[in-house]
Amino acid sequence: MSEKMKEKTGKIYMINGPVVKARNTTGFIMHEVVKVGKMQLIGEVISLDGDDATIQVYEETTGLKAGEPVTGSGRLLSVTLGPGMIGNVYDGIQRPLEVLREKSSDFLKRGIEVPSIDFSKQWPVEVTVKEGDKLSGGDIVATVEETSSFTHRILVPPGVSGVVKEVRSSGRYTVDTVIARLDTGKPGKDAIREIRLFHSWPVRSPRPYEERLVSDEPLITGQRVIDTFFPLGKGGSACIPGGFGAGKTVLQHQLAKWSDADVIVYIGCGERGNEMTEVLEEFPELKDPRNGKPLMERTILIANTSNMPVSAREASIYTGVTIAEYFRDMGYHVALMADSTSRWAEALREISGRLEEMPAEEGFPPYLSSRLAEFYERAGKIKALGNGNIGSVSIIGAVSPPGGDFSEPVTTHTKRFTRCFWALDKTLSNARHYPSINWLTSYSESIDEVKDWYAKRVNKNFFSLRDEALALLSEDDRLQQIIKLVGEDVLPDDQKLTVRAAYLVKVGFLQQSSYSNVDSFCRPEKQYEMLRIIMHFYNRAKKLVSKGVAISEILEGGLLSKLSRMKEDITNDEYEKLKDIEKEIDSFFDKLETR
Amino acid sequence: MPVREYLGLARVNGPLIFIEKVKDISYNEVVEISFGEAKKFGQVVMINDDMAVIQVFQGTEGLSIDKTSIKFSGKPLEIKLSEDILGRTFNGIGIPIDKGSEIIGGEYRDINGEPINPAARKYPRNYIETGISAIDGLMTIIRGQKLPLFSGNGLPHNRLAVQITRQARIKGDESERFAIVFAAMGINHDSARYILSSFEESGALRNVVTFLNLADDPTIERIATPRMALTAAEYLAFEKEMHVLVILTDMTNYCEALRELSTARGEVPSRKGYPGYLYSDLASIYERAGMIKGRKGSITQLPILSMPNDDITHPIPDLTGYITEGQVVLDRELFRKGIYPPINILLSLSRLMKDSIGEGFTREDHPHIYSQLFSAYSRVQEVRALASIIGEEELIDVDKMYLKFGRAFEGEFIKQGENENRSIEETLDIAWRVLGYLPKDELTRLSLDEINRYYTRRTDEDMAEIIRAVSAGKKSRDGEAAP
Repeated sequence: MSEKMKEKTGKIYMINGPVVKARNTTGFIMHEVVKVGKMQLIGEVISLDGDDATIQVYEETTGLKAGEPVTGSGRLLSVTLGPGMIGNVYDGIQRPLEVLREKSSDFLKRGIEVPSIDFSKQWPVEVTVKEGDKLSGGDIVATVEETSSFTHRILVPPGVSGVVKEVRSSGRYTVDTVIARLDTGKPGKDAIREIRLFHSWPVRSPRPYEERLVSDEPLITGQRVIDTFFPLGKGGSACIPGGFGAGKTVLQHQLAKWSDADVIVYIGCGERGNEMTEVLEEFPELKDPRNGKPLMERTILIANTSNMPVSAREASIYTGVTIAEYFRDMGYHVALMADSTSRWAEALREISGRLEEMPAEEGFPPYLSSRLAEFYERAGKIKALGNGNIGSVSIIGAVSPPGGDFSEPVTTHTKRFTRCFWALDKTLSNARHYPSINWLTSYSESIDEVKDWYAKRVNKNFFSLRDEALALLSEDDRLQQIIKLVGEDVLPDDQKLTVRAAYLVKVGFLQQSSYSNVDSFCRPEKQYEMLRIIMHFYNRAKKLVSKGVAISEILEGGLLSKLSRMKEDITNDEYEKLKDIEKEIDSFFDKLETR
Repeated sequence: MPVREYLGLARVNGPLIFIEKVKDISYNEVVEISFGEAKKFGQVVMINDDMAVIQVFQGTEGLSIDKTSIKFSGKPLEIKLSEDILGRTFNGIGIPIDKGSEIIGGEYRDINGEPINPAARKYPRNYIETGISAIDGLMTIIRGQKLPLFSGNGLPHNRLAVQITRQARIKGDESERFAIVFAAMGINHDSARYILSSFEESGALRNVVTFLNLADDPTIERIATPRMALTAAEYLAFEKEMHVLVILTDMTNYCEALRELSTARGEVPSRKGYPGYLYSDLASIYERAGMIKGRKGSITQLPILSMPNDDITHPIPDLTGYITEGQVVLDRELFRKGIYPPINILLSLSRLMKDSIGEGFTREDHPHIYSQLFSAYSRVQEVRALASIIGEEELIDVDKMYLKFGRAFEGEFIKQGENENRSIEETLDIAWRVLGYLPKDELTRLSLDEINRYYTRRTDEDMAEIIRAVSAGKKSRDGEAAP
């Protein structure tokens, strides 16, 4: 933000884990990046009190001494935004981990500063403005083919405007090259603004946009239980709570793989190192279902694993969402996965504890809910500043409630600020029913907004069919209570049929293996056909049962096994073949009826 | 760095001492505390102006305010390492206690280590065959994984850990060097002796590094013990190219020590009085497992923790489960039924197995068998609950079949001898045998191909025959091939 000021230097007097206090710091600004101690650890000012500053340090503080200097940088904690981010793995404060590895070792050393993007690489730049053009924040000045499937649009930074005075012709340039000079019409040294291929943005300030739009287009994830039952709009926010082993991470990976977004930002926030490695090894091999290119060519990873410094974990969420907003402002749809926001909340709690703040619920600081709200409100579908393109950021946050108890503070507050709630259920995952999203406790508030899209693109009966299936499942739930007490045998035939049909929906439709080559992703058209055929079977069977045909006769036809296997037997491209199964159902029932 | 020595303390409180008017102190540095003949070690845990707070590893008994002297070393807690540590025994803070010589040569390492750069990690893919059906079939351990045993007091976790250690091997990879690092935290002498003597019997003792902080040893030392052990493990794995299995037992005692320290420091507690940073602290231990690109060795962790009151939602097992790559949960009810190993498969999980089983790794039917056994066994639980209300006789036929399957599954698949070492093929064949109790239509997780190849419907008579054959010691798997 602000230009470089004179360097201020304070002196450390207190050290307590990642929290350090320094004296003689007048002139430091809130959220300024500072260098701490002789080791030059990276820190951020988090409170100012007279001549004292409190600093959270993004690296391990072992060996730091009282009396060592703290040097200000004059800039806020920011991310560097420009070509070269796609396919990268960053730590919580946007240091590229591959570069850190080359510079130091396989283990993370301290006090190393590396640029967030490659400043030496030359990019093919297509300049799209000419001398005399009037530009303002958000206008596109050039485009860069960043990967074979991704075009990076170079934007005038928000808040900057003026008339193009000089401009380079298209060619190969590094990110540091001045592409255009704008005459801002302001006096003094602000008269000319240089536009380069990159700019910086402070992570804690949301990037501005022209206007907010309704999230009327669904984020298609290829997961049946989500797309059909609890859809998320592009620009919406969702919460995935689940105890350990309930399948949060696998689900987040599935969403990162198959969501129809242009850019994926995946934040591994305080989670396992091997999970990030898995993404790193797997994504380059996997193909984007939309264009057949490697998935890594649209993915940015932020890995601040559980054993990396806790304050960088706190920052990682903001780093991720700011990067997501930048791509949104170019007019792209971005999906951001944060796994897990509970670890971020715990980082807040840990730092708050070190600051000796008064705790609220379960030791969390009282500002937990406002921080969560600020984060989730950065999701949205917008009309971008300047260029006027439509872009969106969808946020999907995993929550890890202690003991799987959804009444804990992070889950309850997150629930207030997100519009979709995909509750993972331990009983389902114990039975290896994946994705283990509970269909009775989950909800989506986006349905009304995305209804038209489904009606236009898939089928106008999409949601009435869904409601019908959901009613069947909730009736089944009621019957299961009875079965638990007296057994299935005593139920009358029509209720037995309900139980059977619900089982079919659960096994044949809701269960979806992320490891299956055929079924890992299921296109909406196939989803609709599958559910329609299952419900068709149910409705025809119901008619017969009401006429007194024994349920055993209906179940004997072998149709059940066919219906529960159709997800694997029929691929996405040949989903029309599902109609053959419908014909089989009809001929089977026709025969029974005429008998 | 000049060594600085100060005389006299400002305050003593539990395991902490406060010292004033000191200069040039660095965070986390080690101090030597002497009072008369006694020598203790401590570590700086907080600095405020010219005051420092020091946690004393061996407890503060016998320290006085005026006559205690403190020597600052200027270095964090370190351990001296060379290949000579193999076969040696150390106390909780890395001092040899086996009457052997000091470690000669070697180098000092900071026990806190450094986090592995996630971009440098290699994703673990080699499965370890333990010869235990429940584990190999349903929660396969992968080299480089961290997989804790969740247990309870009185359950046979030590026997199981010993059996895994004794039988574990990687197919076609016998030539590589391996080592075991064993860290005992607050367990009793008998348990420690049992584990060590079993290493001795298997002839592995030469490859074992032992860190002992037993129940009657100073509590605060326990904070350092797992870090000592893992620093040794990292040295052996990533510099000496060995495959290291680390057994940490009992993590619950470690967490208790952490709570004690945190309370003494007057920190804001979170759940059940444990510090708010328990997750990060545990992660700094568990995440030190894994493999690194371009390096040969590996660290596989097998922490053991006893769930207080058998409660899996207690903060210790709960936070552990969030960090580790799965868990093996022992179950008191199975134990009472006389089933060893009493592994509750529904609660157990291995997160890394999915990429390391099936064709090219174990056998092509493994992933589906895995899924089928879980779904069938979870149905068994529902049927059992129902049967306990309405009686077994009232169940519908298919539910009765599930009950039979459940008994066979527990009695033949899970249950096995302490010295029984089953190959993965045997394990999968037993799985098909017990699934034979269910009709074909129920096997929705298996492909028709697999069913045609492996499935044979079993009746009671067949099973009785098989059980007789097995008890007579005959191989019973002839004629299991598909019709």
